[in-house]
Amino acid sequence: MEKIAEQIRKEASRLLDSEEVEVVVGFKKGTIPMVNRPWFARTPEEAKEFHWDGFCNLNLVNYLTKRKGKVAVVAKGCDSRSLVLHFQEHQVTKDQVVILGVPCHGMLDRRKLQRAAGRKEILDVTEKDGSVVLRGKELELVLPREEALQHCCTICEHRNPVIADIVLAPEVEERKTDRFSDIADIEAKEAHERWNFFRRILSTCIRCYACRNACPHCYCPECFVDCSRPQWVGKSQDPDDVFTFHLFRAFHMAGRCTDCGSCERACPMGIPVRLLTRKLEKEIRERWGYEVGLSLEGIPPLATYRPDDPQDFIM
Amino acid sequence: MERSEQKEESWEPKILAFLCNWCSYAGADLAGVSRLQYPHNIRVIRIPCSGRMNPAFIVAALRNGIDGVLVSGCHPGDCHYLSGNYFARRKFTVFKSLLEYMGIEEGRVHFSWVSAAEGEKFAQVVREVTEKVKALGPARNYVKERIEVC
Repeated sequence: MEKIAEQIRKEASRLLDSEEVEVVVGFKKGTIPMVNRPWFARTPEEAKEFHWDGFCNLNLVNYLTKRKGKVAVVAKGCDSRSLVLHFQEHQVTKDQVVILGVPCHGMLDRRKLQRAAGRKEILDVTEKDGSVVLRGKELELVLPREEALQHCCTICEHRNPVIADIVLAPEVEERKTDRFSDIADIEAKEAHERWNFFRRILSTCIRCYACRNACPHCYCPECFVDCSRPQWVGKSQDPDDVFTFHLFRAFHMAGRCTDCGSCERACPMGIPVRLLTRKLEKEIRERWGYEVGLSLEGIPPLATYRPDDPQDFIM
Repeated sequence: MERSEQKEESWEPKILAFLCNWCSYAGADLAGVSRLQYPHNIRVIRIPCSGRMNPAFIVAALRNGIDGVLVSGCHPGDCHYLSGNYFARRKFTVFKSLLEYMGIEEGRVHFSWVSAAEGEKFAQVVREVTEKVKALGPARNYVKERIEVC
């Protein structure tokens, strides 16, 4: 971890020194444990603050949308795929961005860690040799790193950046995982059970739109939830409005979601919103064999067609 | 609940049809001038192309008390704008599966291709859709009780 941080600092000061980029976007150690903050370094001096550990889970591509000027960004596997999508959707151009790729061992889930620690406050977390040590007042707990990972990281199949100008660490081994077992379980239910299931998990939604704001790919100048004429979705916490919001938020991610987990991580109520986006991912993989953001040449599935697309559902 | 139970006997579904200007709308017209019989449950909205169809229209319909939705456009290859219906097909594929995944019953939302020469097919499609929606009963789940101001 410290080695990667050192590499980021080194590369960042080199890029800033040579004025190759105006700003380097990475992480700085947060002021509270288990949360790191994004850090925009504009001088080699500021580049010394860069940090790397298991809590650098934010998708920094969110800060690149419509950005002007040259910029370098630290990107994990999922972030690099988001970048590819940004290039495809012309939110930022390829020659504007220097990608500092970091092969990723998965990021830690602070909610999981807090659950493991019970009601004790975690004051410090250190990672060493595949385990995580939580320390606090009357607390010293060692967990295997694998068990402390975010859900999206446990099922991740692209841990190495798919695109990078400089790779800062040795490649990690890619795994094949069973990405959609929980989705298949829900699909196997009856329609009314699914209806009730989603009603229940969405019932705590407070419509704060954190999931939308945290997503690098939600960048419409005017979001459908803010439209008032016509008003596609009511602004209340009425279960129907909440349902409609989540339905459309997910639908707008169809063929665009890289499953970086930003939405779920941002949700203050812990709603598993990825159950919706991953359903779409599954659907698109099964129908058109497309995975988001793997190469610049790929065309997003809803932006193209084949004359012989399946149409079994059309009368 | 009470209100709809009282109505049960005489209940007829409300079905909203979004028909593309160039094929399905003309198909519906042909069904009319050919004096073909089809259920009267259908209300037609004309859209420029099935590619114009925004999934939000479907959801807005369901939320405002419509029991079933039909979207119909030109056959693949016949689109007036060359590829509108191809894009629409992909969009509908994904949207339909998401709707059903979230618990909207299969059979509320239908898609069809009807050309301007297929009056009989249009009547048949409407019959089938009406039958399926009738079998499902009124859409109670997703209707927002209060009326939205827009």
